[in-house]
Amino acid sequence: MDLWFCENHCDGVKFQIKIDQHLYSGESDFQKIDIFQTEEFGKILILDGLLMLTEKDEFIYHEMITHIPMAVNPFVKKILVIGAGDGGTVKRLVQYDTIEEIDVVEIDKLVVEKCIEYFPDLTSGFDDKRVSIKFEDGLKFVRKKSNYYDLIIVDSTDPFGPGEGLFTKEFYGNCYKALNENGILVNQHESPFYNEYKDIVKKTHQKLALTFPISELYQAHIPTYPSGHWLFGFASKKFNGTDINEAEWLKHDIKCKYYNIDLHKGAFALPTYVKEMIK
Amino acid sequence: MNQERMPIYEALLNHRNNRIVHFDVPSHKGGRGNPELTRFLGADCMRVDVNSMKPLDNLCHPTSVIREAEILAADAFGAKNAFLMVNGTTSAVQAMIMSVCKSGDKIILPRNVHRSAINALVVCGAIPVYINPLTNKDLGISLGISVDSLEKAIKENPDAKAVFINNPTYYGICSDLLSLTTLVHNHNMKVLVDEAHGTHFYFGENMPITAMAAKADLSAVSMHKTGGSLTQSSFLLCGENIDESYIRQIINLTQTTSGSYLLMSSLDIARKNLALHGKDIFKKTIDLTEYARHEINKLGGYIAFSEEICDGVNAFAFDKTKLSIHTRQIGLAGIEVYDTLRDEYDIQIEFGDIGNILAIISSGDRLLEIERLVASLSEIKRHYGKSPKGLMSQEYIEPQVVMSPKKSFYSEKLVLPLSESAGKIAGEFVMCYPPGIPIIAPGEIITNEIIDYILYAKEKGCLITGPQDMDIENIRIVKE
Repeated sequence: MDLWFCENHCDGVKFQIKIDQHLYSGESDFQKIDIFQTEEFGKILILDGLLMLTEKDEFIYHEMITHIPMAVNPFVKKILVIGAGDGGTVKRLVQYDTIEEIDVVEIDKLVVEKCIEYFPDLTSGFDDKRVSIKFEDGLKFVRKKSNYYDLIIVDSTDPFGPGEGLFTKEFYGNCYKALNENGILVNQHESPFYNEYKDIVKKTHQKLALTFPISELYQAHIPTYPSGHWLFGFASKKFNGTDINEAEWLKHDIKCKYYNIDLHKGAFALPTYVKEMIK
Repeated sequence: MNQERMPIYEALLNHRNNRIVHFDVPSHKGGRGNPELTRFLGADCMRVDVNSMKPLDNLCHPTSVIREAEILAADAFGAKNAFLMVNGTTSAVQAMIMSVCKSGDKIILPRNVHRSAINALVVCGAIPVYINPLTNKDLGISLGISVDSLEKAIKENPDAKAVFINNPTYYGICSDLLSLTTLVHNHNMKVLVDEAHGTHFYFGENMPITAMAAKADLSAVSMHKTGGSLTQSSFLLCGENIDESYIRQIINLTQTTSGSYLLMSSLDIARKNLALHGKDIFKKTIDLTEYARHEINKLGGYIAFSEEICDGVNAFAFDKTKLSIHTRQIGLAGIEVYDTLRDEYDIQIEFGDIGNILAIISSGDRLLEIERLVASLSEIKRHYGKSPKGLMSQEYIEPQVVMSPKKSFYSEKLVLPLSESAGKIAGEFVMCYPPGIPIIAPGEIITNEIIDYILYAKEKGCLITGPQDMDIENIRIVKE
């Protein structure tokens, strides 16, 4: 039997992965959750029909959304992670001994439960005693915080569905308020390649730029995401994304598969068409 | 009665399946004649945009499926009869007034009515006797009608034919409808209720009393506002002592003879939905609204008011589905918050006036949207909040009526700059839209206070409508 998972990357473009086994299918209050075993990518997590992560390439996304801000400010102590129910982001953060507090705010409890069940290695960070998970709306949580966090990581789904509120001006404004004077916000910023998402990239960047004095973009190559070319937002009150504190960061002695200091420098060098898009 | 039935919808489905050949209007012939519109609205929608025909009945003289839909609606609303209205609730309000008043007849009404009511007076020539609703000074909103004030107006005008009551107001304030109705009937006058914002009272639990339950004679219900039907569709309800055949004649004076089946079927489907699921739908609405109110009040500065403003007299009850928010304490006019929500946060609310905003919450909302509204209000306060000093509070300006709306509207007029018009008789309306409550109506004396109010509202960004001069620099006054 030939079983394939398909996802439309845009109108007229389809991406497929061959499936070994359908491990889980369920529906939460917020979305449909599916987990498959695949030949090439290991286990993969699908939310509302869209591929969220694969065991094979998750390291790229998660290393890039965590080590970039940590290398800019290795003294970060209090972190808020929004979304990230799969655990990949937290797994990288708990590698830093100097971090004191990691608040994870995920709207969908079922995603966390199922990821713990099917991705035990990826979710191992949730057991760290510095981590506390709250199941609520990210926008609501951040609204009540003021001048507290050093870093906010927005590890959200796409801007349609439950993650919608995390791409709004009111969300970024409330994040600004929740961050202290050293504050950095990093978010997953979609792909600039296909026309259908260009507008989102542009608008999201504009909203961040209106909220933070510093607002930049960096990129990574993620094979299973639409077009493979993925952007991250780097917004902050004080630091530029390329102000790397190399000496301090290296002291942590963290082993990476994708991230390194040279790549960090280069990740902020954007293709011309992206530069023009966000002008 | 079996509220599962939807006679108009069922007839349209039948009609669609019968594949009738059309040599009648509309000329788009099920969409083929206008491919661009069909792509936009969808072929299913175009195929049921049809004209009256035997199996689909006729709105002007209903005998089959439309009549059945009327009977079902009357049953659902607890009315003696219900009319499907396709020219908006405005037409229902006008039909109510024209049914009980002729030229020169008096009608008692609060001045904070929707323009549609005063428009009806322009058309039929009835003379308004205004009751001045009290204002809640802290919030700057007009309240309901007290029994005492109505009693006084009736004593002074025993010859009046009817009393017109808007219940609830746009902000959700309700009057003591049962006592008012009893009082009016004791004086042999008719009670007309503008329930444009109260459809849900008929279907939700623990709601303020409805016009029909209070034995009012006629009521205009905007099904499209909070009942889920398409924009412009509405019901006119009749109480026990109303001759509905006469009402139908009055409706037919101004109603289209090409009633839209899209609108009528939406009324039919929405009525069924509310009759069967109204309790759940409006419980969810209230839960969402109460949550939003609680969170917004915690932000500080904003006052998302509710039942606590009730005093048993001028504000007898409050419609808890309404999310009305007073904004003056954060130093912003309601209209400024309204504009900022729209321009900077992509959030469209129902209206903003001088001191308040109103957000309509329904079962179609999700917590996600509520969180966005709350977070945006929090941000607006953080960015733009200031001292309320210098902000005008909304005062009810008591009108001085010196001429009937009809006479002044049709009299010879002069155009004057608004700033020089004090002391003159207005020949046209001026209002902020929404809410569409006239600041000045034809036949009323323009005062400096009114001019200041209009200029202030204009400066703050209210959409001012009514005058022929679209820029509202000039106003037409009655030539004396």
